[in-house]
Amino acid sequence: MSIRIETDRCSGCGRCCEVCPGNLIRRSADGKADIRRRQDCWGCTSCLKECKTGAILFYLGADIGGRGSVLSVSQKGDIKIWSVTDPGGNVQKIAVNSKESNQY
Amino acid sequence: MISMIQRHIDTDILIIGGGTAGCFAAITLGKEKEIRVLLAEKANIRRSGCLAAGVNALNAYITKGKTPQDYVDYARRDAAGIVREDLLFSMAERLNHAAEELERLGVVILKDKQGEYVARGDRNIKINGENIKPVLARAAAEQENVTVLNHVNITDYLVKDNRIYGACGFDVREEVFYEICAGAVICATGGAAGLYRPGHAGFSRHKMWYPPFNTGAGYAMGIRAGAEMTTFEMRFIALRCKDTIAPTGTIAQGAGARQINAYGEEYEEKYGLTTSQRVYGTVRENKEGRGPCYLKTKGIAEKQEQDLYKAYLNMAPSQYVRWVESGKGPAQENVEIEGTEPYIVGGHTASGYWVDGDRQTTIRGLFAAGDVAGGCPQKYVTGALAEGEIAAEAAYRYIKAEEKSKEISAGAAYPYSKAEGESKETSAADKKAEYEAYLSGEEALFTADDLEEAMQETMDRYAGGIGSGYGYRESGLKTAAEKIASIEKLSQKLHAADMDDLLRIYELKERLTVCQAVIAHLSARKETRWRGFGENLDYPQEDAAWEKYVNSRMENGTIRVFERELVKGGAAYEHTH
Ligand SMILES: Cc1cc2nc3c(=O)[nH]c(=O)nc-3n(C[C@H](O)[C@H](O)[C@H](O)COP(=O)(O)OP(=O)(O)OC[C@H]3O[C@@H](n4cnc5c(N)ncnc54)[C@H](O)[C@@H]3O)c2cc1C
Ligand code: SF4
Ligand code: SF4
Repeated sequence: MSIRIETDRCSGCGRCCEVCPGNLIRRSADGKADIRRRQDCWGCTSCLKECKTGAILFYLGADIGGRGSVLSVSQKGDIKIWSVTDPGGNVQKIAVNSKESNQY
Repeated sequence: MISMIQRHIDTDILIIGGGTAGCFAAITLGKEKEIRVLLAEKANIRRSGCLAAGVNALNAYITKGKTPQDYVDYARRDAAGIVREDLLFSMAERLNHAAEELERLGVVILKDKQGEYVARGDRNIKINGENIKPVLARAAAEQENVTVLNHVNITDYLVKDNRIYGACGFDVREEVFYEICAGAVICATGGAAGLYRPGHAGFSRHKMWYPPFNTGAGYAMGIRAGAEMTTFEMRFIALRCKDTIAPTGTIAQGAGARQINAYGEEYEEKYGLTTSQRVYGTVRENKEGRGPCYLKTKGIAEKQEQDLYKAYLNMAPSQYVRWVESGKGPAQENVEIEGTEPYIVGGHTASGYWVDGDRQTTIRGLFAAGDVAGGCPQKYVTGALAEGEIAAEAAYRYIKAEEKSKEISAGAAYPYSKAEGESKETSAADKKAEYEAYLSGEEALFTADDLEEAMQETMDRYAGGIGSGYGYRESGLKTAAEKIASIEKLSQKLHAADMDDLLRIYELKERLTVCQAVIAHLSARKETRWRGFGENLDYPQEDAAWEKYVNSRMENGTIRVFERELVKGGAAYEHTH
């Protein structure tokens, strides 16, 4: 369970570093975000939601059955679009409206 | 020798921990414009604590036709009697008000055509809880008289003659020491995770239910300062989706899925329906070779599956990834379930500070709210908000009464710092020296991570973790106590290369203190009352003689355990300090 930061997409804005509930993300010498201890991630996805450039990807560790797919999220108004990309590059998307309540 | 920069802040009320209860306490105190409020948070209140990923529903609500007393009765039965009915009642009375406040602040709550909240079962209402934390955080930060101090980790209270006058801590990034003096302090640091070896101890060790960053700081500070604590032997073990540790209630209540064993037999009814009995059923089925156990979701409609996907993205995104990447959603495959490692969490069970009706602890001027406060289980989000509000109102009354008696006006530097200057300087200075010693010094033999692993192994094996089927014995607990004491000694010799290391050292130290209390409480209760949450193998039966609280207090470095009679049937408990 952890995140991967795609440094080429990271603008160095620092929002993810600010918001992680575990203080796990820092900016490294080149100004880009860096997770120092990948195994300390809780998997809350706060950093993904905060990142405007989509530089942060979330994945499940192999020890809990992860198969290499990555989750990302982008936001348009009230709609969050979540994408899962598998190792073959296939993408599955789902849109969630933050103004709509859970049905369950 | 490293020398930290020292910052001193004076405030009227200090709130430690800007989670659910802490933010709501700040919002409540926003109405009292003439006082200054400081909210200190180790991360950033925007996404810190339990609510970081979002929540699924409001689990504590008085639905139509029910009364607060019904809620009290439910919580008492669920905890097999070991609750404070006075605390439960005053919380229950405010649950619906808390829900309405959340809606007013911007959380979406599902309503029917008549404009009534839609209930899920007897006590829940349906919401979109993804953005609940940013909503609460914004409202807290907007209060004119509230200052938010993000990224400051508090480690100790400043107490003199059993009266609190502040707390101290450090910036988690820069070498800055904080000394905060306050007229009253509200502790809202949540519960404790990471005491026991987690289900997956390797790469995914932090894929746990409770936030791994809630390390029991509030409990540990209170224990060390000599505050009375209650019911640490009532650990919480959650029944969760295997591997992702995502909540099961959404599937069970939302999609009406039943628990089945490997033979497809429904087993819930066999063991009883309290929270701990549900966990016990699954543990037992596994132990007796009828596992793995599942939630029977196979065959649910496509629309239901889509709704479940969205609900999980709003609170536990890893479960969604799991479904998608395995190529099998809940409609095609039943969801495997398991029990987690034990947590100490006063919002689900009854562990925490021993408080009076005002949520004042046995230390004068120190209040506790949310998962850190004891006696009042089944709080959940709305109960944490309710307690945040109760504590805030009481802390305000307390400082007003103190002002009157000391004839000083609000806005002045806080009186205790002056009146008791000498001892204050010494204890804060000691703390600063302690941090600096960790930051200076040489590379140590062990790291905080090494010792955390040792602590978790010890608790798992000798104090009833997953590895020992949640069972424990007197002899094992003795071993656990010895080992934890020796790890504690080693923790004094750790080295911090930077502030991040220092944070991990203090997180470890907090957990070690909480472990001591858990072990002492487990060995004191000579019966088995909440079977799914732990079995005392020396005393495997429930015993009516133990219908009382097990409380404790640290005296001269050791935890002294004692009993107290139950507070029930409309009686209220007040401190006599
Ligand atoms: C994953 C999960 C899902 C849940 N789902 C639901 C649900 O669907 N419905 C429901 O009603 N309830 C739910 N709950 C329960 C509910 O969220 C909690 O009971 C409640 O939020 C607890 O509030 P709190 O203020 O006590 O703790 P928190 O909200 O966790 O706040 C504690 C705060 O203290 C900070 N802190 C800790 N130590 C220090 C320190 N040393 N110095 C400074 N700050 C510190 C933390 O960073 C955190 O911000 C869920 C809980 C979890 C963990
Ligand atoms: S939020 Fe995104 S862009 Fe900003 S620092 Fe983090 S990874 Fe980089
Ligand atoms: S997913 Fe959550 S815990 Fe993990 S790095 Fe991002 S913000 Fe931190």
